[in-house]
Amino acid sequence: MTALPAQGLAPVQRLQRINVAGAILSIVTVVVAVIWAFPIYWAVVTSLKPENETVRATVEIWPDTFTFEHYRFALFETQIGSWYLNSVGTALGTMVLTVSASLLCGYAISQLRFPLRQPLWWLILASFMVPTQVLIINHFELVANLGLLNTWAGIILPQLIHPVVIIVYKQFFDGVPREFREAAVMDNASEWRILTRVYIPMNWGVTTALCIVTFIWSWNAFLWPFLAVTRTEEMTITVGITQVNDAFGVYYARQLSAAVLAGLPVALAYLLFQRRVTQAITLSAGIKG
Amino acid sequence: MLRNTKRETLVALILVAPFVAIYGLAFIYPTVQMFLLSFTDAPLIGQGEYVGVENYTRLPDDRRFQTALWNTGYFVVLSVIPGTLVAMAIALAVDRLKGRLQSLVLALFFLPYILPVSVVYLIWDWTLNFQFGIAMHLFDALGIQRVPIFKSTAWFMPAVALVTVWWTCGFSILLFLAGLRAIPAEIYEAAALDNAGRWTTFRRVTWPLIWPITALVLTIQLILQLKIFDQVYLFSTGGRPNDNLVLVYYIFQRAFQSDQGGRAAAIAVVLFAVVVIVSVFNFQLVRMSRGRAQ
Repeated sequence: MTALPAQGLAPVQRLQRINVAGAILSIVTVVVAVIWAFPIYWAVVTSLKPENETVRATVEIWPDTFTFEHYRFALFETQIGSWYLNSVGTALGTMVLTVSASLLCGYAISQLRFPLRQPLWWLILASFMVPTQVLIINHFELVANLGLLNTWAGIILPQLIHPVVIIVYKQFFDGVPREFREAAVMDNASEWRILTRVYIPMNWGVTTALCIVTFIWSWNAFLWPFLAVTRTEEMTITVGITQVNDAFGVYYARQLSAAVLAGLPVALAYLLFQRRVTQAITLSAGIKG
Repeated sequence: MLRNTKRETLVALILVAPFVAIYGLAFIYPTVQMFLLSFTDAPLIGQGEYVGVENYTRLPDDRRFQTALWNTGYFVVLSVIPGTLVAMAIALAVDRLKGRLQSLVLALFFLPYILPVSVVYLIWDWTLNFQFGIAMHLFDALGIQRVPIFKSTAWFMPAVALVTVWWTCGFSILLFLAGLRAIPAEIYEAAALDNAGRWTTFRRVTWPLIWPITALVLTIQLILQLKIFDQVYLFSTGGRPNDNLVLVYYIFQRAFQSDQGGRAAAIAVVLFAVVVIVSVFNFQLVRMSRGRAQ
C-alpha cells in the first residue's frame, strides 16, 4: 500500500495514485468495520427469528419470518423485569454516590487547604493501582457481616471505589481560573455557594460524562454482583441472563433476546451521548480530551 | 488575602468525610483484612488459626496455582500486544476518514466495548456455537475441521483472547485517536512537502509522536488483562474450568467453592503484588517515554 514508487512521477500523477490508494484504504476500513460489528447484528437478527429458523444449516442474514415472541417470553415469563429494576437501581445508586462523594472530595483537595490533604491525595493516586478483584473475599465478608448480601446496598458498596472520578474532578477544578474564586470570596459567599454556583456549573460537561460512564461501568459489572447475590430475584441483569439457564433452556433465540435487552440500555446511552461517553472514557485514562 | 484556616479546615473535612468513610469501609479495611487473612486458615466467613506463611509456601507446589499463573501469563501475551496493535491500526484507518462516515465507522468499532460481558459472552457463544454458529461456516469454507472451541483446552485461551480484543479494543482505539488528533497538521504538511510516502510518514512522524499513547494503552491493557475473570468464567460453563484457571478464577474457586478464605487471600496477595509491581514499572516506563518524546 506504499506510495514510495510514485516519487519519481510528476506531481499530478502522484496525487492521483495516492487518491486511489486512499480510496481503497477507506473501503477496506468500512468493510472491516462492518465485519467487526457483524456478531452484534447476527445476535439481534437471530433473536428475531423463530427458534426453528435459527438452527438451519444455511446462513440466513435476514429472517424469513419476524417474530417478537422471544422478547414477549423474556419480558413476561422470566424474572427479567426484576433484574432490570435491580440493574437500574444499583447502577443509579453507584452513579449518584460515586459522583457526589468524589465531587465534594475532589473540590476540597483542589481548592481548600487542610491537614493530611497531601497524604489523602497520594492515597487516592495509589489506590488507582489496586485491583478490586483481589478484594472479593474481604468484600464478601464485609457485606455478609453487615447483613447486606442479596440487597442493593450490598451490590453497590464495593462498586463505589472509582478513584479516577476524583482524579478527573480535581484536574478540572484545578483548571478553573482563580479569579472566579477570589471574586466570590470578596462577596462573602460561603464555600457551599462557591461550589454550587461556580465550580459545578462551570464543569457540567464533566459531571454528565462521569455520570454516564459510572452508570455504564456499574450496569456492566459482573464479578461482584455475581458474588453478592444468590437469590435469583435479586440478581442484576448481567448476572441473571447467564446464571439462570433454566429460564431460557437451550433456546438460542430466546437467550439472545435476553442479551439484546441487557445490552440495549447501555448501547442507547452510548448512541445518544456519543460525544460525552467518548470524552469520559478518554478522561478516565488520564487524557484531558 | 486572609484565610480563615480553622473554618476552611472544618469545611474541607465535611466535604471529604463521605468519600473517606466509603474508602475506609470498602477499600482500606478490606485491603488490610486481605493481608491478615492470608496468614490464617480461616474459611470464607469466620475466624481461623494463625498459620504463618504456610498459605504462601504451598503455592509453588500447587498444581492449580501453576495452571492459573501460566494461563494468566498466556492470556496476557495473547491479548495485550495483539490488542494494542489492532487498536492502533484501526485508529489510523478511522483517523483518515472524514465527517459522518468517520463517526459511523468509529461507532461500529466502538460498540462492543460498551456492552456488558454477559452480552459479549452470549453473542460469541452463539457465533462460535459448534453446531449452529455462523463462524463454523467459515471453518467449513476454509476446510478446517469444526471444533467445540470453548470445550477444547488448546482453543480456549486464544478464543477468549480474540473475544476480549474484540470487546475491549474500542477503548484503546479512542485513546489512539485522541493521540493522533493531537498531532499538529503542519507536521504532516511538512512531511508531504518533503515527498515522504505513507510508510515513511508513519515511521518518522506518527509512530514516534504516538509512542506515549502506545505505552499508555499497553499499560492499561496489561493491568486489565492480569485481572481477567469474567470471560474465562462464563466461557468455561459446561467446559473444563480447572484447565482454564486464571488467577482471579482461582481466588474465586478457593474462597467461594472450597470455602478456604485464608488460602484464597494468599493468592489474592500474590496477584495484588504482581499488579502493583507492573503498575509501578509501567508508570516509570511511560514517564521515560514521555520525556523522550518531548
